[in-house]
Amino acid sequence: MTDKTVIKGGVGEAIPHDSATLHVSGEAVYTDDIREPQGCLHAYVLQSSYAHARIRKIDISECYSDGVHAVITAADIPGINDVAPVFSGDPVFAEDEVFYAGQAVLAVAATTRELARKAAHKAVIEYEELPALLNVRDAIKAQSFVGETCTMQIGDSTAGIEKAAHRLQGELEIGGQDHFYLEGQIAMATPQESGDMHCWSSTQHPSEVQHLIARVLGLSDHAVTVDVRRMGGAFGGKESQASLIACIAALLASKTGSPVKLRLDRDDDMTLTGKRHPFHAAWKVGFDEQGRIEGIEIDLAANCGMSADLSNAVVDRAMFHSDNAYYLGNARITAYRCKTNMVSHTAFRGFGGPQGLLVIENIIDEIARYLGKDPLAVRKINLYDAAGALENRCTTHYGMTVEDNILPDILARLEATGEYARRIEDIRTFNDRNRILKKGIALTPVKFGISFTLKMLNQAGALIHVYKDGSIHLNHGGTEMGQGLHTKVAQVVAAEFNVDISRVKITATSTGKVPNTSATAASSGSDLNGKAAQAAARIIKERLVDFAARHFDVEKDAIRFEKEGVRIGSQLVNFAELVSHAYENRVSLSSTGYYRTPKLHWDKEAAKGRPFFYFAYGAAISEVIIDTLTGEYNILRTDILHDVGNSLNPAIDIGQIEGGFVQGTGWLTSEELYWDEKGVLKTHAPSTYKIPTSRDIPDDFRVALFDRENQENTVYRSKAVGEPPLMLSVSVFLAIKDAIAATGKGPIVLNAPATPEEVLRAITKARSAS
Amino acid sequence: MKNSDTGSFIVNFNLNGKDVKAEISASTLLLDLIRNTFNMKGTKPGCNEGECGACTVLINDVPVNSCLYLAANINGKTVTTIEGLSCNDGSLSAVQDSLVKNGAVQCGFCTSGMALCIKALMFEYENLVNSKLTGKKPKLTENDVKKWLEGNLCRCTGYVNIIKSALELINNVERKSG
Ligand code: FES
Ligand code: FES
Repeated sequence: MTDKTVIKGGVGEAIPHDSATLHVSGEAVYTDDIREPQGCLHAYVLQSSYAHARIRKIDISECYSDGVHAVITAADIPGINDVAPVFSGDPVFAEDEVFYAGQAVLAVAATTRELARKAAHKAVIEYEELPALLNVRDAIKAQSFVGETCTMQIGDSTAGIEKAAHRLQGELEIGGQDHFYLEGQIAMATPQESGDMHCWSSTQHPSEVQHLIARVLGLSDHAVTVDVRRMGGAFGGKESQASLIACIAALLASKTGSPVKLRLDRDDDMTLTGKRHPFHAAWKVGFDEQGRIEGIEIDLAANCGMSADLSNAVVDRAMFHSDNAYYLGNARITAYRCKTNMVSHTAFRGFGGPQGLLVIENIIDEIARYLGKDPLAVRKINLYDAAGALENRCTTHYGMTVEDNILPDILARLEATGEYARRIEDIRTFNDRNRILKKGIALTPVKFGISFTLKMLNQAGALIHVYKDGSIHLNHGGTEMGQGLHTKVAQVVAAEFNVDISRVKITATSTGKVPNTSATAASSGSDLNGKAAQAAARIIKERLVDFAARHFDVEKDAIRFEKEGVRIGSQLVNFAELVSHAYENRVSLSSTGYYRTPKLHWDKEAAKGRPFFYFAYGAAISEVIIDTLTGEYNILRTDILHDVGNSLNPAIDIGQIEGGFVQGTGWLTSEELYWDEKGVLKTHAPSTYKIPTSRDIPDDFRVALFDRENQENTVYRSKAVGEPPLMLSVSVFLAIKDAIAATGKGPIVLNAPATPEEVLRAITKARSAS
Repeated sequence: MKNSDTGSFIVNFNLNGKDVKAEISASTLLLDLIRNTFNMKGTKPGCNEGECGACTVLINDVPVNSCLYLAANINGKTVTTIEGLSCNDGSLSAVQDSLVKNGAVQCGFCTSGMALCIKALMFEYENLVNSKLTGKKPKLTENDVKKWLEGNLCRCTGYVNIIKSALELINNVERKSG
């Protein structure tokens, strides 16, 4: 039975993605599907084959033939040859030196892609190979960094470790990850009058693409407009990386005077653009009989690649999450931002958080194994205090007080619904009875800080028009990459006006409508843009209320927005009717809305402050089975309980949790990036780079939302959901480790990703001592 | 039919229920033919090497990666793309409707390939059901479905709702009477 007083598609309703019907009928228009303007040319990028080399000579004389309209190098850039998002050092095209294998050297525009590719490969480039730094150890030795080495600390870690009853130390190698958005990087640029440029770009950050196109063309920002309706996945890979593609298209468009489309082939996409940062961690920990941490030191070394890109913030977030859910007391976290001759690693769902979190979860696991305790018991004893229990155990190593910790409740509930205790027993029995197959289980929590750690970025704008017929045009700075942001924001607007969501038209993100936006990143999309759209809607509502009070001569507090109509005193006026009256009486029906996140502050010198508005929490239990002869494994069951506050849309939120978990599982299991000894990426296509398939997900997969509102004043008290669930996959990694531990009494050394080869290596080692 | 001046061919085939002809070269890929010549943009290039399934179309009801399929081989065959899956009145077919209702769609880039792959599974299963002499429906397990979908990558959803859709559709398959 439908409630007649409730609108369709309001806040909290599990409606499908706004484009779902278009997606399933093939009608959704992605950048490559936009009707090409007449005379549209196609581009191809020629990439360096050396990780580090001097360019002696570039000869493009052979490239030109019929149909080839332009061949451009760094020398052809009218503005500045740099598309770095924050600092500098990301040239569009290499100048006299290449810094990674795959770096763009030149680009061609021709009548077809095939022709452009052939033409580009006719260029003759003379290189003089130079020594290359290809891992963090060599980079640290050479003191090669993209940013300052920094430290966050609380208490006295050295004394804490020294005084503790037990001590352990170890290392962990963590691999990177390719985004593998199904839609590769793409942009189409079209020259406009007086040298202006328009660009359709598959980007999470249209404002930055706009600014960088202006920079490379030597224009003002106002001469460039960037639009994006939707992306076929992004995951952080189109935050800073989309700019390069868009800028090359714009440079070629400007040079030829024709529209130019650049769509990268999968292999070129994977070699040209950055990935999740590989990390190396070295740690030392002191703890008591119960496993309670008394002092800890973690050194993180991130492989940032050839430039800073977003690495400073990524590595900061790794440091911020080196506690995950645990009170560290005496801690020192140090991080090295290593500069290597590899592609510049970049944002990827979690943004450094997953690496930091994996390190501490692995340490807790090591402590438990050393003491012969259940890792869950060690986790519980180290948790931050619950909200309300304000002892001293709630200050992070960066000085923020954890005020909203709901993990004790989440863990207790998950432990019960996931039958953790019983299954531990069952697994023990199974492992005693089976020699070849071994099972393992792990329960791991997630606490993830929500906000951009650069305070400035925590702002957003929206633009709403209400037309005379009562239909609503919605625009905001967020971009749609599949996560359902546009649906959620439209739900918020529908709820504000109390009209069916069908009245609200979702429109392409455009730098011409909402300016100076932040990237849709850091899980902040609906927090920021939802609030901004709500603010815009409220401004228009207020004008309507003022008008109605005057026009119908009633008190303002006698006016209420009811379903599809406005109660004005005793009468109910249809929404469209009221709007049309308002127009006739010269009331503005268009407004921008603006939001900035409150409470944030950060002292960079002291490395202390409140970088996050709030935390999102969750936990997962995973059980795996491994074949000790092959190293292959299977996830038997995963139970997830995840906190999204008051869900804006439970269907979308659960989809984010399932998808994030599986993507994280790929990162920690099958997705292995392999660079050869020359620094050339060998896993640059799905034939060699294995993302999870339908057969890699848990046999039994149970996902539930933890039902409690956000204690901070977010939009409808919801919480961000994009990134946090990815880290629930740490439960799979540690379950695999648990299974390996059942094979022998030797040391358990497992690095990420835990490919079958890695698992076999670990089993061999575990058995070596038995 | 070969035009010796230009090296191009004419192929005749059935595309989404309509007989069509197109002039192609020996190296034209079916994916490009569909997207560029017929301007049907629902078929997606994900990897162009036969590994992701985003470009899946049905040829005589069998799923094929159109990025590896030479258009020259299409003569006389029947091709169904995502645009051909919708009902004649433009409404959604059962597969499409189920994917929407189950929230099996996020970015949508894998969706047309998935939908066609599931459609092909239904064809197979219907044939199986109707070829059986007994009245009992053969059992398709969740694992069978996962295996069937293995060649279609999705980076967003974690597959859960896609598998749920496929299972639901399979369970709704009825034995044809008579
Ligand atoms: S595009 Fe054809 S399989 Fe990937
Ligand atoms: S929905 Fe994005 S790849 Fe499947």
